Amino acid sequence: MKQEFTITVYTENQVGLLNRIAIIFSRRKINIESLNVSPSEAEGIHRFTIIINEYEEVVRKLCRQIEKQVEVLKAYFNTNDEIVWQELALYKVPTDIIAEKVKVERLLREYGARAVAIRKDYTVFETTGHREEIEKLIKALEPYGLIEFVRSARVAIIKTSSGFHEKLKEFDEEQPGEDLMENEFLNQQDKVFSM
Amino acid sequence: METLELTKQKEAEKTIQNISGSQALLEACIAEDVQTIFGYPGGAIMPIYDALYDYPDKLKHILVRHEQGAIHAAQGFARSSGKVGVVFATSGPGATNLVTGLADAMIDSTPLVCITGQVFAHLLGTDAFQETDVINITTPVTKWNYQVTDANEIPHVLAKAFYIAKTGRPGPVLIDITKNAQIQKIDYTGYTKCEHIRSYRPKPIIRKEYIQQAAELINKAEKPFVLFGQGVILGNAEKEFKAFIEKAGIPSAWTLLGLSALPTEHPLNVGMLGMHGNYGPNVLTNECDVLIAVGMRFDDRVTGRLDKYAKQAKIIHLDIDPAEIDKNVKTTVPVWGDCKETLPLLTKLIEEKQHTDWLNKFNEYKQQEIDVVIHDELNPTSDIMTMGEVIKTLNELTNGDAIIVTDVGQHQMVTCRYAKFNHTKSNITSGGLGTMGFGLPAAIGAKMGAPERTVIEIVGDGGFQMTIQELGTIMQYQPEVKIIILNNNFLGMVRQWQQLFNDKRYSFVDIQSPDFVQVAKGYGIAGKSIKDRKDLKTALQEMLNHKGAYLLEVMVGKENNVFPMVPQGCSVSEIRLK
Repeated sequence: MKQEFTITVYTENQVGLLNRIAIIFSRRKINIESLNVSPSEAEGIHRFTIIINEYEEVVRKLCRQIEKQVEVLKAYFNTNDEIVWQELALYKVPTDIIAEKVKVERLLREYGARAVAIRKDYTVFETTGHREEIEKLIKALEPYGLIEFVRSARVAIIKTSSGFHEKLKEFDEEQPGEDLMENEFLNQQDKVFSM
Repeated sequence: METLELTKQKEAEKTIQNISGSQALLEACIAEDVQTIFGYPGGAIMPIYDALYDYPDKLKHILVRHEQGAIHAAQGFARSSGKVGVVFATSGPGATNLVTGLADAMIDSTPLVCITGQVFAHLLGTDAFQETDVINITTPVTKWNYQVTDANEIPHVLAKAFYIAKTGRPGPVLIDITKNAQIQKIDYTGYTKCEHIRSYRPKPIIRKEYIQQAAELINKAEKPFVLFGQGVILGNAEKEFKAFIEKAGIPSAWTLLGLSALPTEHPLNVGMLGMHGNYGPNVLTNECDVLIAVGMRFDDRVTGRLDKYAKQAKIIHLDIDPAEIDKNVKTTVPVWGDCKETLPLLTKLIEEKQHTDWLNKFNEYKQQEIDVVIHDELNPTSDIMTMGEVIKTLNELTNGDAIIVTDVGQHQMVTCRYAKFNHTKSNITSGGLGTMGFGLPAAIGAKMGAPERTVIEIVGDGGFQMTIQELGTIMQYQPEVKIIILNNNFLGMVRQWQQLFNDKRYSFVDIQSPDFVQVAKGYGIAGKSIKDRKDLKTALQEMLNHKGAYLLEVMVGKENNVFPMVPQGCSVSEIRLK
């Protein structure tokens, strides 16, 4: 079954690497739902967070292809229950409506939205949360003249991860740890889906 | 103590030279033991060519006739010598002309370092004359690429380029150098080879428990079968491979690129895999109990229909590239690592065995194939010559000691099926990409990579015309390349498919050719064309005896087909003998 996977990629900071990673997906006609690039816990190491909807077996292969790139240190993939994640959204609404309608104010409180800019003609609210929550608020605000909406890419923390510092030492020492290549399908040839 | 420090410091200062980025590039090539460069100059790479003018003794530059010729020649060079092939090309069209070769080298794991000139850094993105976004165009077809805009980066980047190209699973690397960086002067303190990149792991760690499990499977196997690919050649593991199969007595079949890793006449060499491979290896893939794949990637031309491929077998896959494991065929035991290291570990744990009955099965199928296909192909009764008999006669004269370079199509399949090989790195062909036009330039490069060996190119009338201009390179540098054109006046492989699957609707496969001998003559290359069997042996002998390059055109049957054949979408066991 296809499901949402979060791929976390630790990389060197290098011009062109984004393209090198992106084409691994586009070559296979796989749509990237969300993509975020940021610094990571380890100095100088970048962290890509990529969301796709795919079969686990496909995701596994994609991660191997990603890891094969010279400047990629490691690629992990996780299902939604294995991560803690957030997305951020901004909503621009007419200030007069907010001021007049108590209902809107209540709505914003309910969704934990915060005002980040208040002008005479418009107000910008911000929420963070899971996509469904963010989308619910759009629906709720639509009747009140939502002027603009934008949502960020997902950022995610892997629940079981102990960070990249230790792993990075292994890479620096030219001694990759043994868990790098696991074959979970050992002796289970029949159970496996193939692309 | 202090004086010692001072002299050291002075010595260090002495070794600092003020050189240009172009010189730094050439120094890097020399430090990497490059002696031959294939290239073509142009505006954006002129400073490098200007610097090259001062290195006539150390660097031999081969001026090709088209950049595609340069990169295929570098591929041929790399494949025959085992070294990294080096290419220079200019920006824009020079660089885009490399793309086919890059794709070919990428899929066939050939180590290359390509240097392209680029417009000045301040012109990047302005649609300047001969500017193309070479880095982005070549990203999918390079193992690594990098744009240099500051000459200070050149020694370090080149060190990385050579290291990445040749280590692990080899591949092509492209370095794009802007013109300002080629001109820029830098303080050069010497060249240090790259030995480690933290984010790049050329060899996966060998897992002993998998070696153990693999050995257990092999020891229990009654019908083990080895498939070997180019990994054996790229890993210089021919000896280790032979020791492995000989100890366990396992019949072994090769992929197109694995050919020549094991001598043709080795008793355990049971032939070729895949679409036009031998009968036994294909059928028995679906009968073996343990399938051991060594340095091969289960290409669809090898496996045919995947859901009917070796389903009964336990699969052991030895590969240096972890992304290959489980990519197409599910592995029972993955053996990650360089097969030069993993094979001896495995050999140590396996029992000495002979699988005589099982091996005989291959021989029985071989006999059937001989009766239905091979005998007639090699000993035709009609007056019209077959491709197979040309190869058979060639074998008699070279005794399997030549390097055979092929192009793509029917002649390629026939040559690989019937040519005899005694030595490794002797079969050079475009496997994964199937690039028509690969043969002639690759043969030029192969000869330059192995000058002591006889190099014979076997090519079709179609593919030859795709890079025919490289005859000019032969004219200029006189590499002793022997060219055999197997001319059937058709684009034969496509015609065969049209005959078999499109109801003989021969759509645009009827290709006209010039008088190849006259063309060769125009380039000062001796040649001959024959159409009668009685002339074949003497003509081939004459070609081989001739001092210098030679072109021999052999007219062969127009509508001959290559069999056996696994039709596309069919299982390997559904292979057709006719």
